[in-house]
This record gives sequence, structure tokens and C-alpha cells, in this order.
Amino acid sequence: MNFEQLSVLRPDLAFIAHWIDKGTHVLDLGCGNGVMMDYLQTDKQCSGYGIEIDDAMIPLCVDRGVSVIQRDLEAGLSIFGDNTFDTVLCLSALQMMKDVEGVLRDIARVGGDAIVSFPNFAYWPHRIALLRGRMPVSKSLPYEWYDTPNLRCATIRDFEELADEIGLQVIDCVALDDGKPVEFLRNWRGSLAVFRLRKK
Amino acid sequence: MFFAEPLPLQSGAQIADYTLVYETYGTLNADRSNAVLVCHALNASHHVAGTYGDDKGTKGWWDNMVGPGKPLDTDRFFVIGVNNLGSCFGSTGPMHTNPATGKPYGAHFPVITVEDWVQAQARLADALGIQQFAAVMGGSLGGMQALSWSIQFPERLRHCLVIASTPKLTAQNIAFDDVARQAILTDPQYHGGDFYEHGVVPKNGLRVARMLGHITYLSDDDMAAKFGRDLRSGSYQFGYGIDFEIESYLRYQGDKFSEYFDANTYLLITKALDYFDPARDFGGNLSKALEGTRAKFLVVSFSTDWRFSPERSREIVEALVDNKRTVTYAEIDAPHGHDAFLLDDVRYMSVVRSYFERMALETVASNKGERA
Repeated sequence: MNFEQLSVLRPDLAFIAHWIDKGTHVLDLGCGNGVMMDYLQTDKQCSGYGIEIDDAMIPLCVDRGVSVIQRDLEAGLSIFGDNTFDTVLCLSALQMMKDVEGVLRDIARVGGDAIVSFPNFAYWPHRIALLRGRMPVSKSLPYEWYDTPNLRCATIRDFEELADEIGLQVIDCVALDDGKPVEFLRNWRGSLAVFRLRKK
Repeated sequence: MFFAEPLPLQSGAQIADYTLVYETYGTLNADRSNAVLVCHALNASHHVAGTYGDDKGTKGWWDNMVGPGKPLDTDRFFVIGVNNLGSCFGSTGPMHTNPATGKPYGAHFPVITVEDWVQAQARLADALGIQQFAAVMGGSLGGMQALSWSIQFPERLRHCLVIASTPKLTAQNIAFDDVARQAILTDPQYHGGDFYEHGVVPKNGLRVARMLGHITYLSDDDMAAKFGRDLRSGSYQFGYGIDFEIESYLRYQGDKFSEYFDANTYLLITKALDYFDPARDFGGNLSKALEGTRAKFLVVSFSTDWRFSPERSREIVEALVDNKRTVTYAEIDAPHGHDAFLLDDVRYMSVVRSYFERMALETVASNKGERA
């Protein structure tokens, strides 16, 4: 898969891909159908693994030639030794974890850099929904409150605090909307928060 | 195929000469790069797929997996099934004549290990002109052979498929195996392994061994769903015959098995299972044991398999990841226990199918690359 194809399929991932160096060893937590690892392997000669729990996604990863390990993220990181990976990706998956802090600590343990993204709860349409007295339902949070897999709601500011506490230094923080970075009032206008982190 | 050269064994013993029976499916391509070796488990054979003539009763043991258009597609791959040494389906085993004595080997047939089987299989590959397999694949004990291939002959396979298997047996596994062996060894008809010359078979021992084994192949839930506490005749018989359906089923399985399986083979194969522990030479460190492997791996386990549980497969995955090997791991949430590896489950089948399809693309791509 080349960059054009990735940009069409997943502009958010295409943006994030710029942060990953050629030839690095990568772990993609909640890798879905493996599209990111596919791109990184073919275009950037990266190696590594995806972790995914969903049965339906495993053959799709295999079709793409992505090495996928079927496990629950909260248990699955235990098989990796300390500092195994150059970069750990956790893209739009952290908000589904019960033990967010534990997973983040494990990410810091197994990797050098980390890139973490999650839906920004402080995105302005979400704030308006709350002002109207309703839980937000949007493109980035497409579920009703009673059936959402997103257990955790966080904002860009909230996450900065937690990352710091865990010993992860924020190298970059970008708010994306439709895959494009938002420069101004990012905690209002960004639907997806993306953090680039490094172990302190 | 007959091999005249003696095979040295892990035990220090050797087999003077031997025959390996095998079947092949599909066509070996011009550069001999599409061969897949399928290794069998305890009670299976070289007859992996298809039927003999039109007789549906002779269907191969992995016919749902291997064949034209199946996950391991014999239209693309050249598949080899081989009967292991010591088995009772045609390859040299305890029921055959020991050239040293002129009598059947019986219990004097040397104890053979998984590693020995792989050595014998490698000689067959040599004889068939296959230097490197596209893949070596197996379930359960067959998975151990595949894993052993990746350790003993790292350059001779590109892919290694280890399904419902384990890097070593647990104390509980060995315990079950020993009870099964005791059932055979204490059967008066066993005659110290020389029952052939007495014209008898230790049927009771084999039967109990099989009944016990069969329990470990099924999950508690599966057994409950299939049999529950259903009674054969609707009421308690207040005797020691058959009351429950599960008793009837197990006895039937035991009887059937004791008709065709060899008691010495059962002993030998359970020992091979017990001994398998490639990490043993590395102070118990499986990562070290797998350091020399070069193949890419597919590891599959089944959630309700309590014989070789997912935890065992995860140990293999962990050791491979430690060595930065290419590995895909699927943990299939299937209700059928250990036997799930032989059954149709759409998730399981589609992972294996995808894996081989991808492999076929690689084979084509590398061929094109070489020609260019």
C-alpha cells in the first residue's frame, strides 16, 4: 500500500504515518484490518505486529501480510519485553480500555515512542450536545450512550495530564478534523486528538 | 518408500531400515517451491484428504482443510501426508518384523521422538527432491512436528503452521497419557508387547486408553450440549451397563478404536508426546530454543481446548516475538475443545485460507523475481 492509497482510505492515519521513521519496529495496538501496518511495511520498510481482538479482522490482516496477534490489549502487552519496539501505536483504541492508565504504562514499558489517538470529547459539537442536555453522537463518537464501546471520555487537556503523570513526554499534540490538522482552538475544533509521546 | 540407510534416534538406538508410506495431492511446480508437508497427530495417518474410490467412509482426516478449493488448496500447493515411524498405518512400526530377530518388534520397537519423526520426514523430502517446503503444518502432535521442523531444519521451510499445539506437555497431560499406557500395559492380552504371536489384541486396554483420551479432546460444555445427562433407555438401570448416552458414546469410540489401532503404537506415540520439550536443552528457555528458526509462523489455538490450552500457544507466540519472528496468532473462540482443530469453524478456516492465499502470492512473486 502506498501513501496515496492510505490517504484516501484513512487520512487520519496518513497524517500520523509522517511521524514514523523508516525501518522501525512498530507495535500497532487495536490494528483493525491492518491498514496502517500494511502501509508501514510496504512503504516504510517497518517491521512489527498488530494486536487485535476482533475475529473478523484477523483474516483481513493476514490478507495484507500483517503479522497480527489476536489478544485483548489489556492482557496482550504482557508477551512483549521491555523496550521491544521503536514506536507503539494506539490509535482510536485507548478510549475502549477499562484500565487506560495500565495500558499506557505498558505502552511506555514496551516502546520508546508512542503515538496515541482518541476522540476528543471537547470537540465543539460534543459540547453543544451536552449543553442541550444530551450525550454527543457524532462522526467521531458514532454510538448512543447505552451501546458505545468507548468506556472513557477524555479531552486533549485531560490526556496531557495523565501522560505527564505516567512519565511520557508530549513531543507533539495535534487535533485532527476529517484527517486534517486544526491549528486554532484545537480542543474545540479537533474531533480526534493525536499525541506523539516519548519516554522521559 | 523404502529407506535402506539406518536412522539414528534420539534415544541412541537406531532403526536399521524402514518404510514410510505417504500420499501426495496436487502438483509439484517446476521449481519445487509449492510443497506443503502435513504432519499427523496421534491416531491419524498419511491419508490426509480425499477418498479411496467413491467410498465416503475413507475420507482423509483433514479433508475439510486440504483439497481443491479448500483452505490448503491442492490446486495451488503440492501437499504431502506421511505416516510416521512406529505408527500402524503402513510405515514401519511395532507390528512389523524386526530384521535382527525375524519376529515382530512388539514392545522392542525403539521409542521414537518428535525430533526423530522430523528427521525421517526430512529424508522423505530429500528423496522427493524437495529442498525447501512452502510450509510444514500440523495440529496437536502434528503441530509439535511442524515446530520441530522450524528448529531442526530452519532453512527447509518458509512457513510453519502450529495449530492447537504446545511447546511441551503439562504434568496433567503426562498423567493422562500414563493412565492410558497403564490400561494397555496391564491388559493380560498385552503379553509384554508380544501379543501378535499370541494371536490376540489387548482390546480392553486400548479401549480404556481411547475413552480417556477422548474425554480430553472434548470440552465440558460440548459434552454437556451433546450428551448432558441423557439416558439411553429413559430410566436408570441400577446396574453397571450403559445408563448414560455419554457412556454409550465413549464405549463405542473405544470399541471402534481398539479394532484398528495398535497397542504398541499407542504407547510409543504417547511417549513421543510426553518427551517433546525443545526448550529442555536450553534450560527451559523456549525463546532460546526458537532463536535459530527462520520460518514465518501461524499459530492457532481454541478457547475451550483444555488439553493444549491457548496459554500454551501463547508461550510459543511469546518466544517467537522475543526473537522478532514473523508470527500471526489466532485464538479462536470455539466450543469444541481440542477437537476443534479438525472441525469446520468459519473463523478458523478463513484465517488458514487467508494465510495460504497470501503464501501463494509470495511464491508467485518470488518466482517472477527470480526469472526477471
